Amino acid sequence: MLAIECLLEMGMQCERVMRTIRVVIAKSGLDGHDRGAKVIARALRDSGMEVIYTGLRQTPEQIVETVLQEDADVIGLSILSGAHNHICPRIAELLKMKGMKDVLIVVGGIIPDVDIPKLRAVGVEGIFLPGSLMQDVVNFIREHVRPSAVSK
Amino acid sequence: MERRVKVSSLSRNPNKVKESESTACKKQTVTSSGYPLAPFYESDDLSDLDYQRDLNDPGEFPYTRGIHPTGYRGKLWTMRQFAGFGTPEETNNRYHQLIAAGGTGLSVAFDLPTLMGRDPDDPLSAGEIGKCGVSVASLSDMERLFAGIRLSDVTTSMTINSSAPMLLAMYLVLAERQGVDWQEVNGTIQNDILKEFIAQKEYIYPPRPSMRLITDVFAFCGEHAPKWNTISVSGYHIREAGSTAVQELAFTLRDGIEYVQYGIDAGLDVDTFAPRMSFFFNAHSDFFEEIAKCRAARKIWSHVMRNRFHAKDERSWKLRFHSQTAGGSLTGQQAYNNVMRTTWQALAAVMGGTNSLHTCSLDEALALPTSDAATLALRTQQIIAHETGITEVADPLGGSYLIETLTREMENKANSYFKAIDDCGGMVEAIEQGYPQREIAESAYRDQKCVESGERAVVGVTTFVDDGDAEIPTLYIDESTEQKQLDQLQLLKRQRDTDRVARALEQVRAAADGTTNMMEPLLEAVRVYATLGEMCNALRDVWGEYEEIPMI
Repeated sequence: MLAIECLLEMGMQCERVMRTIRVVIAKSGLDGHDRGAKVIARALRDSGMEVIYTGLRQTPEQIVETVLQEDADVIGLSILSGAHNHICPRIAELLKMKGMKDVLIVVGGIIPDVDIPKLRAVGVEGIFLPGSLMQDVVNFIREHVRPSAVSK
Repeated sequence: MERRVKVSSLSRNPNKVKESESTACKKQTVTSSGYPLAPFYESDDLSDLDYQRDLNDPGEFPYTRGIHPTGYRGKLWTMRQFAGFGTPEETNNRYHQLIAAGGTGLSVAFDLPTLMGRDPDDPLSAGEIGKCGVSVASLSDMERLFAGIRLSDVTTSMTINSSAPMLLAMYLVLAERQGVDWQEVNGTIQNDILKEFIAQKEYIYPPRPSMRLITDVFAFCGEHAPKWNTISVSGYHIREAGSTAVQELAFTLRDGIEYVQYGIDAGLDVDTFAPRMSFFFNAHSDFFEEIAKCRAARKIWSHVMRNRFHAKDERSWKLRFHSQTAGGSLTGQQAYNNVMRTTWQALAAVMGGTNSLHTCSLDEALALPTSDAATLALRTQQIIAHETGITEVADPLGGSYLIETLTREMENKANSYFKAIDDCGGMVEAIEQGYPQREIAESAYRDQKCVESGERAVVGVTTFVDDGDAEIPTLYIDESTEQKQLDQLQLLKRQRDTDRVARALEQVRAAADGTTNMMEPLLEAVRVYATLGEMCNALRDVWGEYEEIPMI
């Protein structure tokens, strides 16, 4: 590669790293308990991220479509209902099918310990259980996000 | 089903990130509602208090000190433990255990598909069946849920809202099949859709048809099931969503006012349904504030019913309520601490004169309770009732400088909220404008910031953290419930008369499109084994579905 091309490549990478992190916060399944989703959404927004909240009762297909439309880097799923073993693999599969495998998947809610390895195996990276702090979620996303998540 | 799961400090932090440091406790000098507390209170703080006007004796208007003259000596609170998971058979088993352990009332927790009026074979039910509660899709499931339990021997509370009339119809038809007269059937349906729009968000239909369903239940039960409590106007969920105690009190009672108004507007005499309205409050951690909240609730409601709605029957003036200790206060870390939390919260509810109580289990930040944890929670109530002596004297903290100050303060703040909601045009209008939802979201965020700054301590999570491993067994609901319920549903559909079901569902649609009471066509549909999903979908066809505009 020519020197000038290297410099251009580095410049573009810097721009990607510095752009505002875009997060879709989603409630999937039938559950309507949204306190955690809303508190985390506010915390991320107050930390300087752009947050899109999908609202309630989104199917995996609807959530992934929102991630695509919003060019999001992160998907934050709130799951309290026990349906995580059904929802997470489906979302991971859809992200992969749409060429969005770099989107960081974070889950918050009630996840039994025995199910954590299953979620990791399908690509969930951040798992936040009761007692988690807002700042820990913010830090985790900042440290693990891959800015160019959506392939063009 | 019940697995021993090792819960270690590492699994509380599964991402293995460096966590924020523990915070030192700061001294709390305000209540959860933000009321600044003086170091002590004395007689001057109560100089405006008039005993007859503001308190009066237990059993006397305005019932600040309780609705029964003899307090718990005359009638102990009902020990009603909320339970439900998996298949109807599994939950039936738990009910028999709770009865054997001394529980004095049944309380049904339904799974999300049931709560949302969807059958197990609905695509949206996948992964959800039996996870948060018991799966009930038909009269057949209801029969299995109460196997070996005669409905004349128990009182049952069903936590069901948007599909409440359907589940009530199933319960009544079951009573019919058991030869139990509806005039004797005693229990409650939560049936409080306003708090769903505000906090729990398990609604199906838009607000106005939802209110019509509720007033139809008022009218029907007033005539046919006069011992049935047709509604449990709830603050528990509002508080769990993050409100303060004052907001919980104010929004709950204002919801109650809305229901009474809608009942009257539907042509009902207030005294035919108000005596069977009941309430449901959270029993939270701020000990004295919670006691004051209960007392303020009774006082406010008595005035509302007598002066705003001109109810003549004194049973309409008396606020009866169930309490549940605060699920949201429980921690996954150092889970045994939750036994203490539940105990203090239960004590506050009893000091506040609750008429019925559920105590949460130590493992409920992690999963639905194991039977051992549920039994310990029940024992907590039994020890308070039978060993502490608290039940011997009604309203034991009546006259306390602190308690009377807080009671008055909460009453005043609640009345300010009533005015704000009246100015919106009523609670339905306030909900459509997003007012209570915004208030709650603000409070929830503020509370979390207080936790993380150390202003509000959470022992074991933000302070007094340890790295010790704890092994506690937790209940794990696996995916087998789904297949069992799907099989039952298929069997039901093969065995029933399809034509009769189709005709019954047509009648449900026709009633929804008109103004006749919905209960009769629903009862008929239940009798021929129409499923919950089929009945709810019939109403979806007529009324559509509601979804809120998402806001953070």
